[in-house]
Amino acid sequence: MNLQARLQSVRKWAVQTARLCCGIPDYDAYVRHLREHHPERRVPSYAEFFRERQEARYKGGGGRCC
Amino acid sequence: MHSATVKPSPAAKILWVAIAIVGAWCLGVVALRRGESINAIWLVAASLCVFLIGYRFYAKFIEHSVLRLDPTRAPPSVLRNDGLDYVPTDKWVVFGHHFAAIAGAGPLVGPVLAAQMGYLPGTMWILFGVVFAGAVQDFMILGLSLRRDGRSLGHMLREELGPLPGIVAMVGVLVLMMIVLAVLALVVVKALTHSPWGTFTVAATIPIALLMGGYLRWLRPGRILEVSIIGLALLLLSIWAGRFVAESATLAPVFDLDAKALAWWLIGYGFCASVLPVWLLLAPRDYLSTFLKIGTIALLALAIFLAAPMLQMPAVTKFIDGTGPVFQGNLFPFLFITIACGAVSGWHSIIASGTTPKLLANEGQARLVGYGGMLCEAFVAIMALVAAVSLHPGVYFAMNAPGALIGTTAEHAAQVISQWGFVVTPDALVQTAKDVGEQSILSRAGGAPTLAVGMAQLLHNILPGEGMMAFWYHYAILFEALFILTTVDAGTRVGRFMIQEIAGLIHKPLQESESWSGNLLATAICVGLWGYFLYQGAVDPLGGINTLWPLFGIANQMLAAIALMLATVVVVKLKRERYVWVPGVPAIWLITCTLAAGYEKLVGPISFTAAADKYAAALAQGQMLAPAKTAAAMQQIITNNRVDMAMTAIFMALVVVMTLFCLRALLQAWHTNHPTAHEEPYVALTGASLAAHH
Repeated sequence: MNLQARLQSVRKWAVQTARLCCGIPDYDAYVRHLREHHPERRVPSYAEFFRERQEARYKGGGGRCC
Repeated sequence: MHSATVKPSPAAKILWVAIAIVGAWCLGVVALRRGESINAIWLVAASLCVFLIGYRFYAKFIEHSVLRLDPTRAPPSVLRNDGLDYVPTDKWVVFGHHFAAIAGAGPLVGPVLAAQMGYLPGTMWILFGVVFAGAVQDFMILGLSLRRDGRSLGHMLREELGPLPGIVAMVGVLVLMMIVLAVLALVVVKALTHSPWGTFTVAATIPIALLMGGYLRWLRPGRILEVSIIGLALLLLSIWAGRFVAESATLAPVFDLDAKALAWWLIGYGFCASVLPVWLLLAPRDYLSTFLKIGTIALLALAIFLAAPMLQMPAVTKFIDGTGPVFQGNLFPFLFITIACGAVSGWHSIIASGTTPKLLANEGQARLVGYGGMLCEAFVAIMALVAAVSLHPGVYFAMNAPGALIGTTAEHAAQVISQWGFVVTPDALVQTAKDVGEQSILSRAGGAPTLAVGMAQLLHNILPGEGMMAFWYHYAILFEALFILTTVDAGTRVGRFMIQEIAGLIHKPLQESESWSGNLLATAICVGLWGYFLYQGAVDPLGGINTLWPLFGIANQMLAAIALMLATVVVVKLKRERYVWVPGVPAIWLITCTLAAGYEKLVGPISFTAAADKYAAALAQGQMLAPAKTAAAMQQIITNNRVDMAMTAIFMALVVVMTLFCLRALLQAWHTNHPTAHEEPYVALTGASLAAHH
């Protein structure tokens, strides 16, 4: 792997981790999942996906620690 | 994952022997050197070695012998992959997420309070507590949930123990949450009392968050990192501006509030924040506090390594006899409930059975995330302890002892603390306050301010500059307040859903989370519950933290005991009785600690009962005891103590009832000669990815 590719993968990792820490899962993985398993469903835009997940995060469940 | 089957190379063996020797040597220095102060690096190095050894050997033993995790087995993320909640995710991403979810204010507060006994007791409990109890709990609950489709703790309790114990435990969780919210909010109150600078910067986070919310909603949807950087810049600006607010004759009085007023503001804020749409205030603040938390923990670690401070607090102080000013009670059991998060925290069992098990791509990664994540939190606790014990002990006690003991002037405080054997001059106390840009540092219990002064001194050592200490102090205060308030918002919402669910059993329409009246009513009940304890803490004669922190510790350790008992029952149900001690011994230890602490808080000289009786007796004779000035205030303190008695009794009853339920399940499973645990059937990983489609 050259340096640029490596930097890119580190960046992707950091963004994915940061988003997951805020309750936003990987959008690309979701799109891939939809295409693969539910081709009949509409693929939401990132903005729509983000809003839906933002609402879902605070709908009960354990939440965070003290 | 497969390293267990591979024989360790000679180089690896030498490495681990070296780590063991270095660790033992550092631990020896920490534990045995007396009469001369030691460098914090010894403590940090000892901790790292203990963690490494615990992770490499004990956690691996649990993985292979007790949980018998299987890298060929398909985890819930693969079996139920839905692209949203269940997604096979890179193990380091899951690790980051899990750590961000478990690390909160807890590990920063408990160790600071426990520092009154010296650095040795706290260090030892964090190190051995985490290796043998805390990390074991997180790891085992994660392991159990992985085998059960990522089910929650409550669900697993119902399944393995029966419906009634499940309900009992969930009532315990609701009560625990109210206490957590109250005690954390009280930490903020203590930090901001009569601090215009701090209050201004914390208040400024509200418009900043609203701005971020709008930006994320309309301008650049979903750009979390981008908006967080903007938010951080505005936050730093507000810290800088706070100095001018504090120095201004017109603005300073607006932000100069006493404990009672702050408590009311927080209660009002908590109510508003949890009925507003999440995208407006809660979510943007959550992002900001998450990143700030991780960044600050990294900064603290860097500061400790670079500044390498000397530990000024003695290894063990005379306060192990139970006469300490910060919290009352002997080393046993009170050290073990004061440091909950960092050593063992029941709350983690909820996280470890929440999102994390739905994300792990392989069972073999559970040790890294579950056990390793908790070790990181313990390291945060160790750093908080270092920050507290590297302060001058006189300053530490001035900040953490209640006003009832040390008075309200620097002269009186210095005199009292010097009598305790920690010689300090009034000038030193005044100068410290001046350095951090505050009028007074006296009686600011609750961990946050002490940690802030400690951090400010460490950071000032490596980045000196005029006025920088005041900046760092308010940065540290802001960072703690920010994520505590986020916890308060989010916790109030979770509490509201729980209350609505319970209310829905009685009157169905109340359950509608879309109904405004139902929402408002449930929120009001939830805020009222934690608000009551917060207000009680704000008017408490001994400063509130003194009263509420033990209650919180007892509740948190109660939940940890329940989680470890569940793990014990499952181990027996799996017919792996020879390993029953792995979760069983820490469970027994926590049951003992919670019951012993609960008993002392119910009966005896340091109990809520004694405090209530003392005030009642004085009231009967028409006397007023400080800080009460009226009969009504006296009555209030009496009622508060009686409520705390009832809470303690409830927690103890919960522990006893759950223990009996677990013992019943344990005996049943012991006498059955085949496995009875409710594990999902085995599906091989390779075939599963194909079969995962639903």
